[in-house]
Amino acid sequence: MKWDTCDPKTAYLLHLGDDALILGQRLAAWCGHGPILEQDIALTNISLDLIGLARQYYQYAALEFGPDCTEDDLAYFRESRSFMNHLLTEQPNGHWGDTLARQFYFDTFHFFQLEALSQSADERLRHIAAKALKETSYHAQFSAEWIVRLGDGTKESHDKIQASLTHLAPFALEFFVPSAVDQAAYNAGIAPDVASLQETWINKVNSIFSLATLDPFTLSFPKKGGKSGIHSEHHGYVLAEMQSLARTYPDAKW
Amino acid sequence: MVKTQELWDALASVMDPEVPVLSVLDLGVIRAIRHESNRIEVDISPTYTGCPAMDVISSQVREALLSFGDVNIVTVLDPPWTTDWISAEGRNKLEAYGIAPPVGRAHDKRSLWAPVPSVRCPRCKSASTKLISHFGSTACKALYQCLDCQEPFDYFKCL
Ligand SMILES: [Zn+2]
Repeated sequence: MKWDTCDPKTAYLLHLGDDALILGQRLAAWCGHGPILEQDIALTNISLDLIGLARQYYQYAALEFGPDCTEDDLAYFRESRSFMNHLLTEQPNGHWGDTLARQFYFDTFHFFQLEALSQSADERLRHIAAKALKETSYHAQFSAEWIVRLGDGTKESHDKIQASLTHLAPFALEFFVPSAVDQAAYNAGIAPDVASLQETWINKVNSIFSLATLDPFTLSFPKKGGKSGIHSEHHGYVLAEMQSLARTYPDAKW
Repeated sequence: MVKTQELWDALASVMDPEVPVLSVLDLGVIRAIRHESNRIEVDISPTYTGCPAMDVISSQVREALLSFGDVNIVTVLDPPWTTDWISAEGRNKLEAYGIAPPVGRAHDKRSLWAPVPSVRCPRCKSASTKLISHFGSTACKALYQCLDCQEPFDYFKCL
């Protein structure tokens, strides 16, 4: 099947599903490794929500690829170049602060993105977004609280989370640089203008940074490409681990 | 000819696998039942997008209704499920089971960084409790601790 020849809506659904799936897969790797049980459970719960959301998008997108295409084909049998997740979501888990910095940037964007999508001209997309928005508000609250706890914690936790946030900032800015897929979906009336979300996002991020005694967010040159299928070297490793079972046993049933 | 009420009654014995004191009716996930001759269609609203219990719930609903005809399950996302749909009886069952029921109404929860609700301890009924974690043993719960009896407990959070 040719994944890259689909219409604007399907390509956009794949982009949304890829973000949720790749970040969900990243978070799942914390299972059994969280610093304490409650936080281990929190990240795996968020992972579960994201993978559930990816399923919603893929099930919808699969309709476009014919009766034989399933959500699993879209998750497990596409190559790196046809994944359109943001570079941020594939960045390594690193230490706890790295994971929470990545999560905080993403959750805050995801909240505003879903808020906009719950007004989409596409009915099914609107319903998926309205449902996910409620869950995402818990994710965003959780990650924001951790930014405050680490930033306004000890000198060591402050310095570490500051370094994580600064390192990941250029990746976060990819959110607001429209890809061809974003642009086509916007033109079709089903997606927001991502550039217009930047100011709201920075204001919210800065209100949390201020509580956390962290430096205000500074603009830098965005690290982009993920949304167009040009990924960092980490992407292949994520896919290899995630897809190996399905590819080794292509007829395996859940 | 089967009566719609019989179908609803048959679902009263289908329990949420993760909170086994709540039936699917208490939980409010069954939105509609339609039937025509021997074809039955049931609308189910998932609680959480990624809730693994939904697959089990769907197959148990199908099983409970199979003796009445062919069952087709339809997943309905709109309007999204909310904890407001948990029945009053369901809330009492939750508390008796040791899970604090959702506090207040969910419609104002679509905002970022809402204050943490004050939750009553299901064991000693003390109002002096604290949030341990927004995420508990399943997607729908948060973890609290009672500051009087010291026991930790699950809270079924507003959605
Ligand atoms: Zn108590």
